[in-house]
Amino acid sequence: MKKKMSPLSRLYIALIFVFLYAPIAVMMLFSFNSSTSTYVFSGFSLHWYKEMFADSTAMQALKNTILLAICTAFVSTVLGILAAVGLFNSKSRLYKRAMMTATNIPMMNPEIVTGIAMMLLFVFAGALVNKTDVLGFWTLLIAHVTFSLPYVILNVMPKLRQFDMHVYEAAVDLGCKPVKAFFKVVMPEILSGIITGCVMSFTLSLDDFIISYFTNGPSFQTLPIYIFSMTKKRVKPDMFALSTLMFVSILVLLVLMNIAQSKADRRGKSEQK
Amino acid sequence: MKKIIAALISAVLVLSALPFSVYAEDEYFSDEQIEYYENLGLQGTTVNVYNWGEYISDGSEGSMDVVSEFERLTGCTVNYTNYESNENMYSKLTGGGVSYDVIVPSDYMIDRLIDEDMLLELDYGNIPNMKYINEKFQHPFYDPDQKYSVCYNVGTTVLIYNKNLVNEEPDSWSVLWDEQYKNKVLIFNNPRDAFAIGQAMLGQDFNSTSEQDWVECAELMAKQKDAVNPVYVMDEVFNLMESGEYAFATYYAGDYLLMVENNPDLGYSFPKEGVNAFYDAFCVPVCSKNKKGAEAFINFMQEPQVAFENAEYIYYRSPNVTVEENEDSSFYQSDVIYANNLNTQYFKNLPQNIIELENNLWTQVKSGKLSEENKEQEKRIYIECSVIGGLAVIVIIGKIISNSKKKKEQDLSDLYD
Repeated sequence: MKKKMSPLSRLYIALIFVFLYAPIAVMMLFSFNSSTSTYVFSGFSLHWYKEMFADSTAMQALKNTILLAICTAFVSTVLGILAAVGLFNSKSRLYKRAMMTATNIPMMNPEIVTGIAMMLLFVFAGALVNKTDVLGFWTLLIAHVTFSLPYVILNVMPKLRQFDMHVYEAAVDLGCKPVKAFFKVVMPEILSGIITGCVMSFTLSLDDFIISYFTNGPSFQTLPIYIFSMTKKRVKPDMFALSTLMFVSILVLLVLMNIAQSKADRRGKSEQK
Repeated sequence: MKKIIAALISAVLVLSALPFSVYAEDEYFSDEQIEYYENLGLQGTTVNVYNWGEYISDGSEGSMDVVSEFERLTGCTVNYTNYESNENMYSKLTGGGVSYDVIVPSDYMIDRLIDEDMLLELDYGNIPNMKYINEKFQHPFYDPDQKYSVCYNVGTTVLIYNKNLVNEEPDSWSVLWDEQYKNKVLIFNNPRDAFAIGQAMLGQDFNSTSEQDWVECAELMAKQKDAVNPVYVMDEVFNLMESGEYAFATYYAGDYLLMVENNPDLGYSFPKEGVNAFYDAFCVPVCSKNKKGAEAFINFMQEPQVAFENAEYIYYRSPNVTVEENEDSSFYQSDVIYANNLNTQYFKNLPQNIIELENNLWTQVKSGKLSEENKEQEKRIYIECSVIGGLAVIVIIGKIISNSKKKKEQDLSDLYD
């Protein structure tokens, strides 16, 4: 039942969008500002974009953040698919329920509790093997995978439930090895769930601050921590340029994904016909 | 889909290949300096530096990228990470699992670290540039035997005012309690600096260990909240003062020079009751694994060219005499930076019970628990919230009842269809 949108609903939607995106729009506007002020727009210039590339600490932090996000997305997606398939196939309902509850814990837990707990765990483990500078890239990766895993599992499980298991059994009956059957038959069906989970864990890892703050070490600093450290002296406008570029690239990524998704849907529908 | 992934990966690779530090065209250093650092034998080692944010010349706007220059001269790798407050740096050190070679705490924090045996004694033979440090800043009160630290920046707090909004030049902190400036006052958003203003007004010692003193000071700050409703800010103060909407701000002396570049209507004053003078200094913590590299870095920071570039970037006073005597400096003989004969006090480390009391009082002042106006405001807020909550509950119950009625009718009509 489709209703035509009344002007009032259009206005409401417009207001919501303004509320959501006005801060980002202001930041994008001032990234083109020629002075350091964020109050007076004194002239259009690309000065801050050039400065951004000259700021080596910020660029290093950006590289670190993106590298960490990609690794987190990859590891948590792989682990998430395995976990979801395993949980889906388990016979005991009690086991399933218990595991799903355990999966939800990192999601429900306040981030600061998870952060401090992981830091204490890593320091304790480090002390056991006599290693005093244990915090670094690997501890960050473990912590990020821990809190993004539930999102992947929760995105893949519904797709698995929708999937008709008989197709998989038919493939195995016809002589396909189980692993190959999984990749050829099951994966294409649950692919949209996997991709959603992957993108979610990438995004969560990219903007995480609290857990990164506790589990990072001297050798690996992420961008949110670097920006937070600028709160005694002012945040330089080249951070606005950096944020604008990140926002634009993520927007482009989402638009491309949407186009690809709708093309796949249209292809699916035309095949059905 | 695959094409999109390939495009993304290539974009990431391109970004990572971009040059992210711009070397100056000409050499900054003399041959002797270059030889000295090359012969230290630090090639291939790593130095972990933990510094405040925006507290080193980093190559922007044509300035020297100090960290890259150090890496170039010595051949070692520097892992440069940042923190935003002494307390967070301290908790990172005590949390464990980390190994920093150079840290930059403030005076009272160094006091505390020395008391808790968390610093290594420096070998000043590896830091010959100590000779450039002004006599005034050697043997400071927090490190009287000059064993653990090398001074990096000094400064004072200052009262900044907007000449358009204030009739006459203020000479006392009491203007911050003047009701005619209501909603136009900016105050430090950290307890030590904010309470220091109240303590100066009451003539107390900034390091008083008497709980009564701190409670009195907190009540004075609460009265200020009622009188002028200040905004508690740290780095936001730059934008807010430059916008010209605020009459007063309290911040650090060098930052006034940065603000006045964008808004020439601003003036400064060192109130007669006293200001706080602070030091930030390099130290080497106990967890360090590369003490030689740490000392080389500290020595490098006091090279005349490097100290000059840092001072030009940070705009705080450098204890290095070559910077003070350098006529090219942006604040050569400036009254703000090189103010002498001021009524100043220093922050020392406070005992644990006073620190906890200070934090509690600060929370109370900021949340308005100590002020009368806020209690009434709170009552009003509770009443409004309960009214809205009650309305929401009524609406929800109404919806549930009407839904169940509709369902009953539907069931009945299903029966008869």
